[in-house]
Amino acid sequence: MSRIGVFICHCGINIAGTVDVTAVVEQVRKHPDVVFAADYKYMCSDPGQELIKKTIAEYQLDGVVVAACSPAMHETTFRRAVASAGVNSFRCECANIREQVSWVHQDHKEEATIKAVAISRSIIEKVSRNETLEPITAAVTHRALVIGGGIAGMQAALDVANAGFPVILVERQPQLGGKMAQLSGTYLNFIAAPGMLLKIIHKVNTHPNIQVLTNAEVKNVEGYVGNFQVRVDVKNLDQNPASAEQEAIQTPSMVEFTFEVGALIVATGWERYSQALLPEYGGGEIPDVIDGLAFEQMLADGGRRIRRPSDGKVPNEVVFVQCAGSRDPERGVPYCSKVCCMYVAKQAMMYKERVPGGQPYIFYIDIRSAGKGYDEYVQRAMTDCHAIYLRGKVSKIFRDGGKVIVWGADTLSGRSLEIAADLVVLATPMTPDPGAVDLGQRLHASTDANGFFTEAHVKLRPVETLTAGIFLAGAAQGPKDIPETVAQASAAAAKTLQLFSHEKMTVSPLVATVTAELCAGCGACVLACPYGARSIHPLWNIATVNASLCQGCGACVVACPNKASQVHNWRPDQIMAMLDEVL
Amino acid sequence: MPDFNFIDQVNTLSEQTIELCYHCHKCTAGCPVVDQMEYGPDRILRMVQFGEKEKLLKSDDIWVCVGCETCGARCPNEINASRVLGALREIAYLENAAIAEPGAVKFHRIFLSLVQRTGRMHEVSLLALHKLWTLNLFSDLPAGARLFMMGKVPLMPSIIKRRSEVKRIFDATDPKKKQVSHGD
Repeated sequence: MSRIGVFICHCGINIAGTVDVTAVVEQVRKHPDVVFAADYKYMCSDPGQELIKKTIAEYQLDGVVVAACSPAMHETTFRRAVASAGVNSFRCECANIREQVSWVHQDHKEEATIKAVAISRSIIEKVSRNETLEPITAAVTHRALVIGGGIAGMQAALDVANAGFPVILVERQPQLGGKMAQLSGTYLNFIAAPGMLLKIIHKVNTHPNIQVLTNAEVKNVEGYVGNFQVRVDVKNLDQNPASAEQEAIQTPSMVEFTFEVGALIVATGWERYSQALLPEYGGGEIPDVIDGLAFEQMLADGGRRIRRPSDGKVPNEVVFVQCAGSRDPERGVPYCSKVCCMYVAKQAMMYKERVPGGQPYIFYIDIRSAGKGYDEYVQRAMTDCHAIYLRGKVSKIFRDGGKVIVWGADTLSGRSLEIAADLVVLATPMTPDPGAVDLGQRLHASTDANGFFTEAHVKLRPVETLTAGIFLAGAAQGPKDIPETVAQASAAAAKTLQLFSHEKMTVSPLVATVTAELCAGCGACVLACPYGARSIHPLWNIATVNASLCQGCGACVVACPNKASQVHNWRPDQIMAMLDEVL
Repeated sequence: MPDFNFIDQVNTLSEQTIELCYHCHKCTAGCPVVDQMEYGPDRILRMVQFGEKEKLLKSDDIWVCVGCETCGARCPNEINASRVLGALREIAYLENAAIAEPGAVKFHRIFLSLVQRTGRMHEVSLLALHKLWTLNLFSDLPAGARLFMMGKVPLMPSIIKRRSEVKRIFDATDPKKKQVSHGD
C-alpha cells in the first residue's frame, strides 16, 4: 500500500475555469492509496511547492501526483520539490489535465471533469507501482579524438588541447593542412593561405596536449559517449603514440592502436568534384579547362606558374564558370557549394594583379556573397580589376585551334555570347570525402543524400550528430569557407569541453532492463534498438542493455516476443492498471 | 575584350562608377520616360560596361532622358544614370556622332544661347527661334495662346544685372573649350 498525496492545480482559470477541481479532489480521495488530496491556485508557485513538501512530512507520503499541466512543463519542478522533502523523485508524476483536458474541452465542462478524474486516477495507479530509482552515472574519459587534420580538425584540436585535455589528431595524409594547404590566398585579406596555415600546423605539432598521427586512419569505433574505443591504423612505423591503451599490433607496413576517448570530432573535409562529370564543359578532356583548385596552384608563387597547361603561354583571357556542376540536380549536385562566388572573385583579382593585361570573365547564375564584407569584396573585383560579370550559365565549351570557345549568355542584356578564351576555370562544387559514408557507418553517424554528415538538428544542434559524443566540424557537414569552418570547429570543441567538464556523466535511469529468465537471446531487440544500446552477451546468450546509450523509447519492449524487455517505471503491469482507470 | 577606355571616359565625365551596377533594374522601373526608350537606363549601363560606344552614341535613348534624376535618387549603388546619359550626349556631340535626335540638340543650343545673352530664359524668343529653325511653325499654338492670355508669357525678355558672371560660367563649362578628359 502506497501513501500518495494528490495535488490538483487550478492554473489560475486555465484548469479551474473548465474542470471542477473540488469534484476532482473528492473523487481521487476515494482511491485506497490516496491519503491526502487538495487543490491549489498555482502548484508551480513557491507556496504550491511548499504545500507539497509540508504535506509529505505531515502525512508521511511516499508518492506524489500533481494534476496540472504537461510533464514537459513542470515535471522537473515538482520532482525537485519532492526530492527535497526526502521522497524519491521518480515517485512523483504529473497528470496532464491542462493540455489534455481543460484546454481542449472548454465547451464540455462536465465531461472534462470526468476525464480529469480518470487521468488523475490512472497516474495514481502508476505512481503506486513506480520503483524508486537513482540516476545512473558513467565515467567520462577526458580525451578527444579528432578525425581530419585540415583547418577544421586542427582548430578543434587546439581548442580542446588549450583547455587542458589531451587530443589525438588523426590525419590520413602524410602531413597536416588539408585542402587549405592547396590554396594560394584567401579572400577578404589576401594573406597567403600557406603562411597562415603554417603557424597553425606549428602550434598543433608542438602542443604538449596534442598527439598527431599522420598516415593514419580510423578503422573502428566501439562504445558510447564518454567511453569510446577507437581503433586507428597508422602506416608510419616511426610514430609511437604514448596514450594508446592497447598494445600496438604491428605488421611490417602498419601499426594498429586502440584509444580510449570520451568524444570524437569528425572533420573529414571535402573532396574535388570530378571534372569528367562535366563533358559539356570539356572537363577532363580539354587541357586548358581546369578547376578552381588547379588555378589556386597557378596563382601561388607570385603568378610565375600562370601558364596554360596546353602550351605554357600566359593566358590573356580567362573565363570562370560558376556553378559548374553545382545547383544542377539533373547532371551534377543539387546544392550550392557556397564558397565559389567568393573564391572566383578572389582568383579574378589575383589573376589581374599577376597578369595586368589579362581579362577575367565570370559567368554566374547568382552572386551569393553573404558574409561580413563579402559583397563589398565582389564589387571590388568589378571596379578595381574590371572583371566582367556575365549573368548566365555556360552551355558549351569546346576547342578551336589554340583557343577554348565558351558559349554562354548575358541575360542582363538578353544576348548570346561567344568568348574565345585562353583558359577556362570551372568553379566545381565541394563534395564530401568519398570515405565519409563508410566512416559514418563505423561511427553510427548518419550522412545525407549527398554524403555530408548530418547534424542532429538543422537549426539548433548544428555541430552535433545524433550519436551522443560525436561532433562535426567543417566541410564534412556541408560546404563552407574558412571562417565558418573555424567557427564550427570551435563550437565542436566547446561541446566536447562541456562533456569533459564533468567527472562523471549522469544518465536518466528510465532505461530498458532485461529479465534474464525470460530472455531467449533471439536478438529481436538488437535489431529494433535505434540507438545501438542492445547487444547479445557473448557468454550468457541473453540481451544486455547499455544504459548510457538507451533512451528508454521502448522499441525493444514491443519487439521482445517473451516480454523479457521492460522499461523502468513503464512496466506492463503499470500500463494495464492505468488503462483500467481510463477505460 | 571590352573597351575599358570608354567606360573610364564615361565614368570620369559623369562622375559615376558604372562597374558597381547590380543590374537590379530599379532605375528603369522608376524612369518616367522609359516608354519612349529603346533600352532604358539599366541596359544603357550594361552597354557602357561592354564598351558598346557606337551603338550608344547613335541611340535615341540618350536624348529622350529628361534629366529628372529619379534613377540616381533610387540607385542602391549611388549611380546616377541620368548623368551617365548626359555624359553620353556630351561625347556624341563632341565627337560629331550621328545624333538620333537633332531637334533636341537644336533646342539645347537655342536655350543656351538665350541664357548666355540675357542671363535668363525667355519663352517667347525660345519658341520663335525653335519654330523658325525647325520649320515646325504651327504646333502647340492653342496652348501658347492660352498661356499668353493668362499673362504667363512676357513678350519682352528680362535681363539680369551682372551678365559678365554668366559669361564666366559659359566660358568655364563650354565643352568645346573645356579639355574633356578621355581617361586612360
